[in-house]
Amino acid sequence: MNTSINQDINQNNQQQSLFRSRDPLHLTIGLLFITTILVTIGNLIFAESSAFHVSDYTVSLLGKYLCYALLALAVDLVWGYCGILSLGHGAFFTLGGYAMGMYLMRQIGDRGVYGNPDLPDFMVFLNWTELPWFWAGSNSVIWMVCMVFLGPGLLAFIFGSLAFRSRVSGVYLSIMTQAMTYALMLAFFRNEMGFGGNNGLTDFKEIFGFSLQSPSTKLGLFIATAIALALAYCACHFIVKSKMGRVVTAIRDSESRVRFVGYKPEHYKVWIFVVSAMLAGLAGALYVPQVGIINPGEFSPLNSIEMVIWVAVGGRNSLYGAIIGAIIVSYAKTRFTAIMPEAWLFALGGLFVLVTLLLPKGIAGLLPSIKQKFANTADSVEAKS
Amino acid sequence: MKLKKLIVASSIIASSLVTQLSIAADTIKVGVLHSLSGTMAISETTLKDTVLMMIEEQNKKGGVLGKQLEAVVVDPASNWPLFAEKTRELLAKDKVDVIFGCWTSVSRKSALPVLEELNGLLFYPVQYEGEESSKNVFYTGAAPNQQAIPAVDYLMDDIGATRWVLAGTDYVYPRTTNKILEAYLLAKGVKAEDIMINYTPFGHSDWQGIVSDIKKFGSQGKKTAVVSTINGDANIPFYKELGNQGISAEDIPVVAFSVGEEELSGFDTKPLVGHLAAWNYFQSVESDSNDAFIAQWKKYIGDEKRVTNDPMEATYIGFEMWVKAVEKAGSTDVDAVEQAMIGVAVPNLTGGTAVMNANHHLSKPVLIGEIQEDGQFEVVWETPDTVIGDAWSDYLPSSKNLISDWTAPVSCGNFDVKTAKCSGQNF
Amino acid sequence: MHRIYLLLLLIFISGQSAALQPDSDTQSNSQLSGLLNQLPKTKLRKMAPLIEKISQTKQPQTRAILQFMLDGELYYLRANKQVVHAQSTENNLYELTDVLTQESLTPVKKSRLSKVKTNNRLRSTLRNILAKIDLTDDDKQIRLQAVQQLLSSPSKQSAAIITELIDDETDQDVRALMATTLALQQLKSGSSDEKLIALEQLSGSLEPTVKNEIVSLLENLPNKDLTAEQQILKSQLTNALDEIDNRASFYSAIETVFFGLSLGSVLLLAAIGLAITFGVMGVINMAHGEMIMLGAYTTYVIQLAFPSMIEYSLLIAVPAAFLVSGFVGILIERGVIRFLKGRPLETLLATFGISLVLQQLVRTIFSPLNRQVVSPEWMSGSWQINPIFSLTYNRLYIILFSIFVFVSLLMILKKTSLGLHVRAVSQNRDMARALSIKSDWVDAITFGLGSGIAGVAGVVLSQLTNVGPNLGQAYIIDSFLVVVFGGVGNLWGTLVAAMSLGLTNKFLEPLTGSVLANIIVLVGLVLFIQKRPKGLFPQKGRSAD
Repeated sequence: MNTSINQDINQNNQQQSLFRSRDPLHLTIGLLFITTILVTIGNLIFAESSAFHVSDYTVSLLGKYLCYALLALAVDLVWGYCGILSLGHGAFFTLGGYAMGMYLMRQIGDRGVYGNPDLPDFMVFLNWTELPWFWAGSNSVIWMVCMVFLGPGLLAFIFGSLAFRSRVSGVYLSIMTQAMTYALMLAFFRNEMGFGGNNGLTDFKEIFGFSLQSPSTKLGLFIATAIALALAYCACHFIVKSKMGRVVTAIRDSESRVRFVGYKPEHYKVWIFVVSAMLAGLAGALYVPQVGIINPGEFSPLNSIEMVIWVAVGGRNSLYGAIIGAIIVSYAKTRFTAIMPEAWLFALGGLFVLVTLLLPKGIAGLLPSIKQKFANTADSVEAKS
Repeated sequence: MKLKKLIVASSIIASSLVTQLSIAADTIKVGVLHSLSGTMAISETTLKDTVLMMIEEQNKKGGVLGKQLEAVVVDPASNWPLFAEKTRELLAKDKVDVIFGCWTSVSRKSALPVLEELNGLLFYPVQYEGEESSKNVFYTGAAPNQQAIPAVDYLMDDIGATRWVLAGTDYVYPRTTNKILEAYLLAKGVKAEDIMINYTPFGHSDWQGIVSDIKKFGSQGKKTAVVSTINGDANIPFYKELGNQGISAEDIPVVAFSVGEEELSGFDTKPLVGHLAAWNYFQSVESDSNDAFIAQWKKYIGDEKRVTNDPMEATYIGFEMWVKAVEKAGSTDVDAVEQAMIGVAVPNLTGGTAVMNANHHLSKPVLIGEIQEDGQFEVVWETPDTVIGDAWSDYLPSSKNLISDWTAPVSCGNFDVKTAKCSGQNF
Repeated sequence: MHRIYLLLLLIFISGQSAALQPDSDTQSNSQLSGLLNQLPKTKLRKMAPLIEKISQTKQPQTRAILQFMLDGELYYLRANKQVVHAQSTENNLYELTDVLTQESLTPVKKSRLSKVKTNNRLRSTLRNILAKIDLTDDDKQIRLQAVQQLLSSPSKQSAAIITELIDDETDQDVRALMATTLALQQLKSGSSDEKLIALEQLSGSLEPTVKNEIVSLLENLPNKDLTAEQQILKSQLTNALDEIDNRASFYSAIETVFFGLSLGSVLLLAAIGLAITFGVMGVINMAHGEMIMLGAYTTYVIQLAFPSMIEYSLLIAVPAAFLVSGFVGILIERGVIRFLKGRPLETLLATFGISLVLQQLVRTIFSPLNRQVVSPEWMSGSWQINPIFSLTYNRLYIILFSIFVFVSLLMILKKTSLGLHVRAVSQNRDMARALSIKSDWVDAITFGLGSGIAGVAGVVLSQLTNVGPNLGQAYIIDSFLVVVFGGVGNLWGTLVAAMSLGLTNKFLEPLTGSVLANIIVLVGLVLFIQKRPKGLFPQKGRSAD
């Protein structure tokens, strides 16, 4: 539509001005590093009675938030930098989670309720006598690591190459991704799928030989998540800064112009979509051992929308914004459900409306303007750059 | 044995010492783990209120062990991983002594590893598929042999059904129940072609085709009955369609395991009248304790129209049992209470006695009720005696050798009687 | 005349003519009261013989007593075990009538009464007994139902009664049905020749009992070494069965089409409002489902406000729901969406937030429990076309209603000036504005219209499914898919899309089960959109980008 082109241009102007604020790579990584160190010290060194003590519960909770942050990063990469609003990133996240869950399931061995050394409990219950083919190899770490990336990556590749080649874009694409995750949810609910049906995979015992119940494993998982987030952040940062990243950003701003210049936008889109899906898968894989369960409910379209909300609140077009958004919204959710369970939907819903109306650039959009003010008044050196 | 006794004794002494030392403001914390938002809030909010009511009542009576009870309510928001997280919060952060909570099986399965890790205590008040017995969970709802099998017996013997439709929502509880029932029916000599099994997704609302299939299946000269494990929300469109397609309860009776008074209060009951439900409790049962309970509930909630239901009775029994066990053990220590729980007997609301068995399941009466116009049930049949809940079904090949016994010397939730081995769990 | 005749006959059949003289009224009256006194004590399992005995007392009250029992209105006083007919009155009291003497007693509370229990099996016994009595009723309709009842559970006894009555029967329909019943009896227990004649007579009957009888006869024939007589019978039976099966599969295909259309019309109603907002304004309204929910709750409130007008409640609810949802829609448009113009993805997020707020609002006001919406009489039951084919009224009305909504919407868009403006804005907003169309105003009205229609869909859904806070969510994804599949901005596309999705789903269901059918349809749709991104009927012309 003609009108939308005009509006697109307006929007692009906004986005470009936003994009000029540089991603504080060192600051973000540094903060992440310091937090991790502090949490580790708090958990290991300070006694339980100390005010500086960080309980195991908090460690797991923080670990979960970091998984969400990683996931938000993945969403931001496609939405903020390529303009693809995916309402189905939950699917990639969950697939990664299932890959990890399958591995963990096999680690239970004969400690399951039916004591079958080869088959997970739910298969014994279904009267299956041998592992289905898609579970083959699931007890090896290498298989698991491959599947964490391959599963979501392959789905993203197939979906992306079909969709982007036929130039499905904008709102249509969003709805398609939503339908995709919805279909997967329905499929995984089925017991015959061989993924544990509605109950999903749970009751994990150990990971890489470490007991999942021990505090040190939890801390280890938290640190691993922090490292993964840091690496992913760097990777995203370099992708965005690379030539490819520039093309991707250009596609977001005007796909047809990029095409006229001679690039093939669909290739770039598929590529960034796949990378993002793999990151989401990684987040899912780290999430599962920390929360202890993966089930088809994670595919629910609502979850995927919530991910988008994180990014919107934090501010798209800035990688650290996604991280901030994921952590703040998740934390708010935890707090709200504890303090006023009956009202949390009001608060959450209100937050979405207000942020989109008043803070289109998200929280990250606030920071530069604050900095600007600060710079103007203090006349600091910052202003020159 | 001696060592265990010694530990129990010393822990009792220790805890009583602590009790004496501690100041009067000290309370016993009771965690409430029911979804207050999301899809399950419909059912679970009622149970949260029930627990709060029971706590208030107990505090009026002077609390437990001379201490007041304090409720810690959290909202897992119908989000399964959140059940694990909130369980951890209750046990590690709030240090509650007991948790009442969960509704769906998946929420219990999610909380279970945390309960076992931190040695918590959960009272689970909903009918479920069995195939589980944890040291840290007491199952006060019905196991399949306390609901499904008696219901089929009733249909077979009293209604004369010879052809069966097993209709359910596609998830674990219906799958397991139907599997048990199928094995049971086949063992009773029902032919495989006389059993029709059908699954539908959650919240299914378009039942035209399925009801028409049931109608065709049921019009082949043999008395047909439907055993429904259809989950909550999908029920009303199902019954409406049955009514509209002219299938009456006399032609093809439907016995449901998930339709209770609470669900019926949101239904237009006209199309349901005469259909059946199997539970261990109905609000309409006449007994003094039930009358008192109903009056108390209506007063607490401040609404004359609110109804009581089976999971509420299960919560009630669980709570009363826990109080009794704590008093018996003289402490709220989980291991002591767990041992004290076994054998505890409290009056149930239908005029009998509920006993906690060594497999952490209750002995319960099974009642079959017919749905009435006013959304209540009329009891048409009941088991002569209470039925002991069976954690592991005898009709499933995978679990027929398994038993659960949490008393010494077995002390195991899944003990294989053939191999004399205790599998699963870290005990 | 009939009645006495029948009475004698029944007595003859039961072989108790010696013990029961119809003229000794007092004796059998006391016998009836004796039997009634046994009612409170008898266990459910032993009730059937007792009822049989009661039915044979042939007193004027007998039929009424059995009918009360069937309707669950037969009680006894706990104190003295007196059997009474009880009906609840307004103030929690029960009005009592002694069933024998017909005298009124003082009303009592429920706790003083106990019900004479029945169960499903007893009730069908009761129905059979009543049907035998009703065969001589004056009302043709009642006679027809009685024969129907006896036909569904055929017995020698009822065949004997019908044989006596058939010659005196004046009504064609009743007579035909009676003949079927008798022929069925012949088929069951007659000689081979009689069977063949009966089969001839029954050909073309679709009554399930006839088919069952044929099947069981076929099963009972030996597999080999048939006599010539048996061979003829077998081939005749097989032919008859084939014919029945052929006709049954024909009707079941029609039935499936009907099911598909009815599912399609529900989808159409849910999606068509979205087709307008999405198509005209390019706005994704994630709160569309909640507009549907508001409509359903409006129905609930209307029924609550006018409890005496349940029959008309839907007629009031349709415009009311349109106004309520439409008003909320306009509020949303004015309050939020207009500030997000041209940012479809942000609109999506904001409206999602609104949907959360609306859900919680309903939960706070009406409780999270499902609310009870009653179906009026005229929406219940089905139109029985033949014994194996019937169409349910509610689905039938919904199909008609959705066509009505569709046509009126089409009319509004095609024939009114509002429609002209809406179309102008949707095709070229800037040009429309240049021609002095107030596009803001058109947006608000369009959004209100779309939301209002969603509210109307809510009224319809309240008749099919639960009215609860999550009602809307179940339909939002389907609605989006229908709109996208049909092609945005094209009402005809939406119609075709909704109907074809409904039909596909219903034709897949018997093959794959409903879970897999849903998944297949979804995946199919996703793939289709990949092939044809603009849907079935893309908007053509310059405006279409």
